[in-house]
Amino acid sequence: MLLAMNNFAYTQAASTKEATAAKQADKQAAFIGGGTTLLDIMKANIEQHTLLIDINRLSLLGIENGASGLRIGALERMSDVGEHPQVVQNYPVISQSLLASASPQLRNMASMGGNLLQKTRCGYYRDVAFPCNKRVPGSGCPAQTGDNRNLAIFGTSPSCIATHASDLAVALVALEAKLTLENPKGATRTVPLADFYKLPGSTPHIETHLQPGELITAITVPAAAHARKSHYLKVRDRASYAYALVSAAVGLDVQGGTIRSARVALGGVGTVPWRVPAVEKALVGKAPTEDNFRAAAALAVRDASPREHNKFKVELAQRTLVRALLEVVA
Amino acid sequence: MHSDDQTPDAANAASQGPSRRSFLKQTGGLLGVALAPPIASQAEALADKLAPASPILSGQINVSLNINGQAKNLRLEPRTTLLDTLREHLDLTGTKKGCDHGQCGACTVHIDGKRVNSCLTLAVMAQGKQITTIEGLAKGEELHPMQEAFLKHDGFQCGYCTPGQIMSGVACVKEGHATTDDQAREWMSGNICRCGAYPNILAAVREVANKG
Repeated sequence: MLLAMNNFAYTQAASTKEATAAKQADKQAAFIGGGTTLLDIMKANIEQHTLLIDINRLSLLGIENGASGLRIGALERMSDVGEHPQVVQNYPVISQSLLASASPQLRNMASMGGNLLQKTRCGYYRDVAFPCNKRVPGSGCPAQTGDNRNLAIFGTSPSCIATHASDLAVALVALEAKLTLENPKGATRTVPLADFYKLPGSTPHIETHLQPGELITAITVPAAAHARKSHYLKVRDRASYAYALVSAAVGLDVQGGTIRSARVALGGVGTVPWRVPAVEKALVGKAPTEDNFRAAAALAVRDASPREHNKFKVELAQRTLVRALLEVVA
Repeated sequence: MHSDDQTPDAANAASQGPSRRSFLKQTGGLLGVALAPPIASQAEALADKLAPASPILSGQINVSLNINGQAKNLRLEPRTTLLDTLREHLDLTGTKKGCDHGQCGACTVHIDGKRVNSCLTLAVMAQGKQITTIEGLAKGEELHPMQEAFLKHDGFQCGYCTPGQIMSGVACVKEGHATTDDQAREWMSGNICRCGAYPNILAAVREVANKG
């Protein structure tokens, strides 16, 4: 089909205030940055928007690394952040999560803010012929008993088991990143990324705590020893250019043969990026050995609730986690 | 052809009305005034002084693109992708439509020197940038080294993915991401070849990188 998208109006916002006000004024409007998720789902008729607000002229750029941490403008592209020397050196898990995402073409296009708001790859969400509570609230969730091999084992509900698709978000949640959000009044607030995402519960169509018109303007990541010694391991059906079956974002601060601090989050397994504080707690004070990593990894899956076809993720998550931890101390 | 010589300003002027109204709607609360008609006109003048609202464009709009060094003035809807613009409005059919969802890479072009999927790029958002398509690689009869290498190594069977592979390959080498076979495989993974000509595609990309 030549033009699969419904028609829409377009405006290029000159300021953040103009963009957020336009979005608040029109419930059917959407921001467009790179467009890699938005145009895809509009072509698939998953979302329809009457107005696209182009935010690319807004000054939401910059990758700045200082003593207190890293600040990334929301409009920075995935490719630029992934290969930025300061990010590669001081926050390897962020760089690796970005470069393991999507394709080089998509990484050149997609913005950091948009990446965090990308939609799930659940096949029922993406196929409008099926019911889906995330797409049409109250219509049902065929994934519960259907083709759920790729779907979540953590944070699920009877309404939704869709996996959060972002690799970047897993790395950022592990490193306790925060988002800066700006509202139509020009006021900003800062929200930990872990609190930004909502578990599906009975309202899986509400995915974040974004308020009407609010825009992600920046991402900040605190500096830490465990950030410098960090790693992202992504396990997928193909060697490249595929979504995670399971991924692990880990960071360790090891001094004198003892783990001083640990950060661990899992991807491909949760309805939101899935940090596992029990594993972090178990690692602190221990020696960085494979046995200790195995014992800690077992704690990660205590609360798993797999469905028929994704039971393999319970074992795979532990193995992925152990390998990522071994990699970071290698 | 749907091209014409209208300036972008003409389309902007046509949509000044609605955008000004929506700007006032937004600023009403901020200014703390009820927009009764006499005040509204004053407020409108004030609003225009404070910050001219960006126009909201809809229907057929003027879009000016720079493609392979040539300026193209078109009338397009905002929803028209760069891919459809190239193929359906400019007869530049070298760029291919495979999946139309950013999954296959057949539509790869360069925007300001960076490889992107033209199927997920709106033409209206590509204005003011340098767009290069497969048709823009050769210098007259002289093929680009990547095109020569694809011929030499037989880097295709059906040929449908080839323009995208070549555009991606050119960028991949320029980025410095084709220094080893493994690296080139990883950084060419956004281009799918249904025929499975990957070994030959890899050989072509690596040869150009080595000649660098």
